[in-house]
Amino acid sequence: MSSAPEPLHRALGLTDSELDDIRSVLRRDPNPLELALYGVMWSEHCSYKSSRIHLKRLPTEAPHVLVGPGENAGVIDAGDGIAVAIRIESHNHPSAIEPYQGAATGVGGILRDVFTMGARPLALMDPLFFGELTDARQRWLVEGVVSGISGYGNSVGVPTIGGELTFDECYSSNPLVNVLCAGALPTDRLVLGIASGVGNLAVLLGSSTGRDGIGGVSVLASAGFSGEDGAESLDDAKRPSVQVGDPYEEKRLIEACLELLDRGLVVGIQDLGGAGLVCATSETAARGGVGMDVDITAVPLREEGMQPFEIMTSESQERMLAIITPESWPTVAQLCAKWEVRASIVGHVVEPSVDAEGKPFGMLRIRRGFGGEILAEVPASSLADEAPLYDRPRRRPESLDAVHADDPTNDEPEGSPNEDLLDLLIDPAWVYRQYDSQLFLNTVVGPGRDAALLRLAGPGLPFSERGIALSTDSNPRWCALDPRVGTALTVAESVANLACVGATAKAVVNCLNFGNPEHPEVMWQLSESIDGMAEACNGLGLPVIGGNVSLYNESGGNDIDPTPVVGLLGVVDSLIAPPPGWAWNQGDSLVLVGTRSAAGEVPFPLGGTRWATRRGRRGGNVPPFDATTLAPTIAFVTKEIAAICAGSRSDVTAVHDVGAGGLATALAEMAASTGIGAEVAQLTGHGELFAEFPGRFVMATSNVDAFVARAGEAGVPVVALGTVGGSSLKIGAAIDLKVGDIENRRRNALEDALTSAD
Amino acid sequence: MTRIGVVVFPGSNCEYDALAAVAALGAQADFIWHSETSITDFDGVILPGGFAHGDYLRPGALARFSPVMEAVANFANDGGPVLGICNGFQVLTEAGLLPGALQKNRGLTFICEPTTLIVESTRSVLTRGATKGQELVIPINHFSGAYTCDDETLRSLEENDQIVLRYKENPNGSVGDIAGVSNVAGNVVGLMPHPERAMSTLLGSADGRVLLDGFVFAPALAR
Repeated sequence: MSSAPEPLHRALGLTDSELDDIRSVLRRDPNPLELALYGVMWSEHCSYKSSRIHLKRLPTEAPHVLVGPGENAGVIDAGDGIAVAIRIESHNHPSAIEPYQGAATGVGGILRDVFTMGARPLALMDPLFFGELTDARQRWLVEGVVSGISGYGNSVGVPTIGGELTFDECYSSNPLVNVLCAGALPTDRLVLGIASGVGNLAVLLGSSTGRDGIGGVSVLASAGFSGEDGAESLDDAKRPSVQVGDPYEEKRLIEACLELLDRGLVVGIQDLGGAGLVCATSETAARGGVGMDVDITAVPLREEGMQPFEIMTSESQERMLAIITPESWPTVAQLCAKWEVRASIVGHVVEPSVDAEGKPFGMLRIRRGFGGEILAEVPASSLADEAPLYDRPRRRPESLDAVHADDPTNDEPEGSPNEDLLDLLIDPAWVYRQYDSQLFLNTVVGPGRDAALLRLAGPGLPFSERGIALSTDSNPRWCALDPRVGTALTVAESVANLACVGATAKAVVNCLNFGNPEHPEVMWQLSESIDGMAEACNGLGLPVIGGNVSLYNESGGNDIDPTPVVGLLGVVDSLIAPPPGWAWNQGDSLVLVGTRSAAGEVPFPLGGTRWATRRGRRGGNVPPFDATTLAPTIAFVTKEIAAICAGSRSDVTAVHDVGAGGLATALAEMAASTGIGAEVAQLTGHGELFAEFPGRFVMATSNVDAFVARAGEAGVPVVALGTVGGSSLKIGAAIDLKVGDIENRRRNALEDALTSAD
Repeated sequence: MTRIGVVVFPGSNCEYDALAAVAALGAQADFIWHSETSITDFDGVILPGGFAHGDYLRPGALARFSPVMEAVANFANDGGPVLGICNGFQVLTEAGLLPGALQKNRGLTFICEPTTLIVESTRSVLTRGATKGQELVIPINHFSGAYTCDDETLRSLEENDQIVLRYKENPNGSVGDIAGVSNVAGNVVGLMPHPERAMSTLLGSADGRVLLDGFVFAPALAR
């Protein structure tokens, strides 16, 4: 029995009602090319149509914010005439199918977003989420993704200075590969992706255009993996939608674009990412309120016989669109030739059109030759800004009450707490030693610590003594139990991490990784998570200056746990000495800074902790978010460490945020980093050893009386924990481990898991 | 004022770091684009790290054909100090200005980490300010950094005091733990570790200063 062929608009990912919207914009039926343009531009990935109404609830303003959400990257004024641009993205689905290229092109894309703003990319971070390593496919994914980031990032010449590594079964068929990039520019060079000046030229820079990545945003990024076995069954069918990266091309493109910007040769500039040329031309024209004529025959092609829709929607990597004046073209062409970067005039900025009510608007025309046949003609803003917005149904999962009731807080520990602790230790060095983390001579604190800390310096920047700090944080275990509070606590955790390197938090970017938005439970999680982020950012005085929403992270009908990733940027005003690390000294006193027990009724909750999750216990409750007690503690630690960065003498010798794995893990990591043990007084039980809630720090001091007095003056609670010394870490009667055993277990955990046989 | 040239190929990425390190020592440094055919008015030349010409084919294999390399060879043959760092070392071996070759690391992964080096010879322009046996903490950052050569070359390197630096703990499988070598005259040196990344305790180590200071202010031999 034969069925009618699927209508074209549905094959392109558009619904029937979206087709009606297009008809009313155009006042006619779209032709197939026009439909293809709307298909990619109105995809979830490009239009944020399911999330945009919720994202509006995030605070986005502060005096130091120069560019907020909606541009290629957010930008803050970091002081001393230097602005910092930052952006975070996901490349989840491409990486699930082709881990090396998926991760590599994720790096390439985020770099273009940052140098589009006129900033030289100076740092990358990679939060990665995989299934458990007992599964051979996960080991293949980890090795592929890490070598993709290493292969591309190192070669393109941008250091990778941190990230995160999370293993959980919910990512087995849908790994998450997020990437954050920060760059810096002289504040007065800030440029935006705007086309202006009728008669100006749109110049396509970089790679030729091929058939790679056609429909990547709509086929890959805006749909789930529907097969029973998730990504595996779709490998072959979807692999052609994954782009291929060339870091050497990107490196020359970066240098050429930065030189064009330095010499004032561009009016506006825009990267070609998801949705390729149609996205770059329609967005620049829409922002400038001008028309744009694109000559399809002027685009250099990688292969013969490409159709106009393929040329316009291809996601071939390493391409930029620069808007220049006709007079500057010879100089631009010469400069690009020096860098061996291809440059072709593919568009003309033209007069705006006028609508029925007499209002001007920019028309995007795709033509065969300038002045030749018109293949498509649509209002640029209808593609770029006017996708339908959806308020999709939301529903709190019915299962959540049972999940909350199944609280592991009162579970009796089985076996020895020593073994529990060793089980939680994992050193990500196997990952980060594959990344160049030092290029540009800025890395004061590199990967593997609470936060990364860089000098605020780079080619072409004015001199500054300041530093910038970066951290990425997530906690899907918290967010699965309570997406609102879990997200708020994640923001708090990130701010606490920055305090450990003396940095004051300035701006948040987020990458919201969620499941299928057509599932009401997922939309509820997303909405709650955004509310939690807004609550924390309002409470801690932080603007959200950019973000990315990655939906349809599902496989075989199963959604991932909600995974909002927080990227946090902070500033250290004076960075002339490195902050203390985790390494304590013989004879130091250890102090827990911050409230000993969690806010709320349960002092040491174990719901959502790594301790509970490793036992297969995924229920319980998360502690409430309480900005009023968090803020003074974080401010005190920041001040103590910032003074050391500024060159002051201090009795503080080590500091570590108490994060995943709880207090016992923090102490073990500190012991492992120095080889010296410690004796810590009796804690109240395994709950206090392994509970996770932000706003606590372990600090080592050579003068405990002076330190406690300063904390007292700041009104910050402290608990004396014990003293540093010996070759064992002893915590009351519960923990007694040789430091050498802790070091070995932690150092080898990841490599052992990666080399284990099934 | 002493003036050092830093050769830039498309795909180089440590050129700004080399420039900054030389400036920190109080000398002037300027870029030399790879298409230049002569090197004049420079007291020394650095080939910095990175991925010249994308490391296509293999590291250094295309860079040796850049026009500037003939000028570098002439400069070296005249006794001018030439230093290849990381990718620059790979380029110098490919160009035949230094013996041996660099192959993929033993573990087949990229490695970025601090290493401890031992100064083996103080005869070269790079190590003339250091003392024999001195230990220096300097980071490595490479995929293809395992030094290799045939037995005869290794013998002649040892006989002629051309092994400049060795790793205290071999990170990459280099023959004889070799981290850096010089030519017979000692005016051309290549090493895989990055001394320009070890110029300040703020960044973890200042042990690179003794090396670069010796190089930057080395008098030309036999010019």
